[in-house]
Amino acid sequence: MGRYVARRLLQMIPVFIGSTLLIFLLVNLTPGDPLLNLAGPRALDPNVRAQLTEQFHLDRNVFIQYLYFMKGVVTLDFGTTFSGRPVIDIMKAAFPITIRLAFLALAFEMLIGLPAGLIAGLRRGKLFDSTSLFASLIVIAIPVFVLGFVVQLFLAIKLGFGSPTVGVTTPWKDLVLPAVVLGSLSVAYILRLTRTSVAENARSDYVRTATAKGLGRGRVVTVHLLRNSLIPVVTFLGADLGALMGGAIVTEGIFNIKGVGGTLFLSITRGETATVVSIVTVLVLVFLIANLLVDLLYAVLDPRIRYA
Amino acid sequence: MTTSVRIDTPRDPSQPGHALLEVENLHVEFRTRDGVAKAVNGVSYELRAGKTLAILGESGSGKSVSAQAVMGILDSPPGFITEGQIRFDGRDLLTMPEKELRQIRGERISMVFQDALSALNPVYTVGWQIAEMFRVHRGTSRKDGMIKAAELMDRVQIPAAKSRVKDYPHEFSGGMRQRIMVAIAIALDPDVLIADEPTTALDVTVQAQIMALFADLLRDSNTGLILITHDLGVVADVADEIAVMYAGRIVEHAPVADIYARPAHPYTQGLLASIPRVDRKGQNLYAINGLPPTLTRIPKGCSFNPRCDRVQDNCRVDEPPLFDIDSTRASACHYWEDVLAETAPSASSAQSAGTVQGDSRG
Amino acid sequence: MPDRSAPSDSPDAPSNSQASQKSQTSETRSGQGVTTQQSGIRPTGDFATPILPAAAPARDIRDTSDAGDISGSTGKPRSLFTDALYDLRRKPLFIIPLAVILFLAIVAIFPSLFTSVDPRFCQLSDAAKGPIKGHIFGFDRQGCDTFSRTVHGTRASLEVGLLVTVGAVLLGAAVGALAGFYGGLVDSVLSRVTDVFFALPLLLGAIVFLSNFQKRTVFVVAFALIVLGWTQIARIMRGSVIGVKDADYVLAARALGAKDSRLLFRHVLPNAIAPVIVVATISLGIFIVAEATLSYLGIGLPPTTVSWGGDINNATAALRTTPRILLIPAGALSITVLSFILLGEAVREALDPRLR
Repeated sequence: MGRYVARRLLQMIPVFIGSTLLIFLLVNLTPGDPLLNLAGPRALDPNVRAQLTEQFHLDRNVFIQYLYFMKGVVTLDFGTTFSGRPVIDIMKAAFPITIRLAFLALAFEMLIGLPAGLIAGLRRGKLFDSTSLFASLIVIAIPVFVLGFVVQLFLAIKLGFGSPTVGVTTPWKDLVLPAVVLGSLSVAYILRLTRTSVAENARSDYVRTATAKGLGRGRVVTVHLLRNSLIPVVTFLGADLGALMGGAIVTEGIFNIKGVGGTLFLSITRGETATVVSIVTVLVLVFLIANLLVDLLYAVLDPRIRYA
Repeated sequence: MTTSVRIDTPRDPSQPGHALLEVENLHVEFRTRDGVAKAVNGVSYELRAGKTLAILGESGSGKSVSAQAVMGILDSPPGFITEGQIRFDGRDLLTMPEKELRQIRGERISMVFQDALSALNPVYTVGWQIAEMFRVHRGTSRKDGMIKAAELMDRVQIPAAKSRVKDYPHEFSGGMRQRIMVAIAIALDPDVLIADEPTTALDVTVQAQIMALFADLLRDSNTGLILITHDLGVVADVADEIAVMYAGRIVEHAPVADIYARPAHPYTQGLLASIPRVDRKGQNLYAINGLPPTLTRIPKGCSFNPRCDRVQDNCRVDEPPLFDIDSTRASACHYWEDVLAETAPSASSAQSAGTVQGDSRG
Repeated sequence: MPDRSAPSDSPDAPSNSQASQKSQTSETRSGQGVTTQQSGIRPTGDFATPILPAAAPARDIRDTSDAGDISGSTGKPRSLFTDALYDLRRKPLFIIPLAVILFLAIVAIFPSLFTSVDPRFCQLSDAAKGPIKGHIFGFDRQGCDTFSRTVHGTRASLEVGLLVTVGAVLLGAAVGALAGFYGGLVDSVLSRVTDVFFALPLLLGAIVFLSNFQKRTVFVVAFALIVLGWTQIARIMRGSVIGVKDADYVLAARALGAKDSRLLFRHVLPNAIAPVIVVATISLGIFIVAEATLSYLGIGLPPTTVSWGGDINNATAALRTTPRILLIPAGALSITVLSFILLGEAVREALDPRLR
């Protein structure tokens, strides 16, 4: 187990360096003057230009610039917005809200996706199975931004369930509807994943053994079947946590939530590249760490992996 | 069909020689999208306390399916029991409520599977899996269960059992895993033990060890063993009776010595003839022509007729019943008398066949 | 010639025994830790479940396996693909999406067959007006004909979807096949590179990348999505190739002296490609969603290009008053995506013997 953790951590280092370098290059390798786009159609004041060149080390080569960028990431110094507000402050305000939203979405996913997937997997080919499978495909096919507006329009505005936009203090109850929208895609995936996993394991020899041991149906399903079927689902949930944080960009935009996604959305429309890159970098970090944690959890859940 | 006599009154299963388990006219079919595969077509047998019945057949002969039906672990769908009775202790398991069945499964009838690696749950320790038997059926505490598990592992001759109870199945070798499977099966001292190809997945030397373990465990017990195998060599030393299955039917049923000495069905005869033998070194090895039938299209008449050396016209039309040869044996061949007459003189060489098999496994 | 080292030599490649135990779990465990089946574009979960290679045992009805393998009346063994085709021809869940997609393709290529109204002819005086004769879905907030814009928007979505899928499959399949086939150092390096790209979520990465561009054509958007979206295909291809490359028929061909290139193209790839086809079909739908989302966020296709995402963005301000303007392009988008996903699902079910 210890060796496994160490190996995973070691493997993460090059991936982290590579991913941050990739983000950095995506931003900085565009042909042309990076400051040209910054000011939009107006010409940039030479003094500002000199100052920005200094600030972003634009006179140095790309890799030196990357090192400066990484130095900023490591020291949590993400620079400032155009208006002079430190990006880290923006993040400090935004992340708790998004974490709350992601938590609710995750809870919704598990509450709906897992039981539905279990039932569908146990009753493969029956009505519940085919209905839920088809419904999940429809959910997957409807883009989140469409679903968000439909939910906002029909549930919140017409029927009065929940609030169409979220209040300034972002109370929990206002976040329920956005969390449902945010989690809907993953509900569909979790349902399908659980269903496949359960259906496959239901035929496995060890489930047969459990029945042959004279265990009750409930014990066979929960202790033997579900325990094993959850392994891939947990894997998904980890990757999903990162995706939820990023995927919130659309949902938060629709429901006017001042979280990470909402901030990102605003920064994009305002062309604040530094903020955008900083936030995305942090999100990638979250994603990588979430995956690492899941890897470790995976090793706990599946003893075979520890020795692989 | 068979010689079994139905007795309705419950008996004491611990009394040796009593029919513990009676399977009567069992039919199982698999409804697949390619048609209905008739896997078991009217199988009857009985198992007596303390005895070992070997069910012998190629893959697809229905031997495992019939065992799964007894155990109630048939994959359904696609598998369905369409006809027949499975009586344990005089009571039909097929009509028994699930709750009562659960008290029989694992406790009175238990099973050892072919592939222990997949039959053991990969995410629990072996000790936990053995202890589960005591915890669920006997209400034993977690701690006591583990102690009993260690004792059982010791009984199935796993070295350093105490230190290995907390290991996971994948940390054991194939032979050791099968021993753990056996430990689970014998945990509650069942009346009937079904071993479904228990040695097929193992190396030859390990096979012998596992069979020796079975012999050891059953020596002084009243547990009846149903040993399902395709390997004639495995059964010779252990079995009391052998039922040979072909295309979902029992084609020959006899005490073990009789089968080896004087097979009464051309299929059995062919199987025996295809065993390599030291005393026939240099000669061509016999092989039965053709392939086993696909179970969606079993040949009319005798199902073995397309492969049979002595096939006659009526074999292609009339399905032979299981003819009683004497009180102990039966054959489903129209011409069993001819087969028997032909094989009679070779009794001595059959003896050597058993020896050869014994050698090859040692 | 690179040394063909056994997969177990590589730290995270599954050993053969592992791979054969349980195809799904072992695939999950193979590759880059646990994230093998996760995708940057989130068509994760069972979509990404690798399909058994053709060489794998077909059925799971123990002891009757010989019964299951016969093929209806002909008695000839069917190959995986003919078997799948035989299955698909009679499946409404395959036929209907296929018909819808063909129809959409015609709409995309010849939009003027379906509407004679210019999607760019807009009069503010018509803004948000309801349906009238000749304009069955009315007008949007700029006074453009909603039906015409929806019809003309088909092209952008399909173009991007197709370009990205083709690009991602070529890139991903090449990387995955090389990593899986050669193993060892090649695998380690390529797999780490895949990890790096995988760590960047599709949408976020595309946003960062596209925010550099003032002029965002279909090709620029497609390029961004290819760069960030090929990893899932690569991982699936790699897993699939590893599953196939040690099959006996490949070993036999190798023993007969076949060159690496021949082995790869003639023996390994044809047997390993099935899961990639499935994921590619589904990904096409997912990429269309990604493009629409980017356009909706205002960072995808520019407003001058008629696109569903852009039109939906435009319609949001009038959601409470005239939801129709939003729901029509949104409906078209959803039906398109659903068709590709259903098609992929149907193919997957037909190709995956375990699911029968």
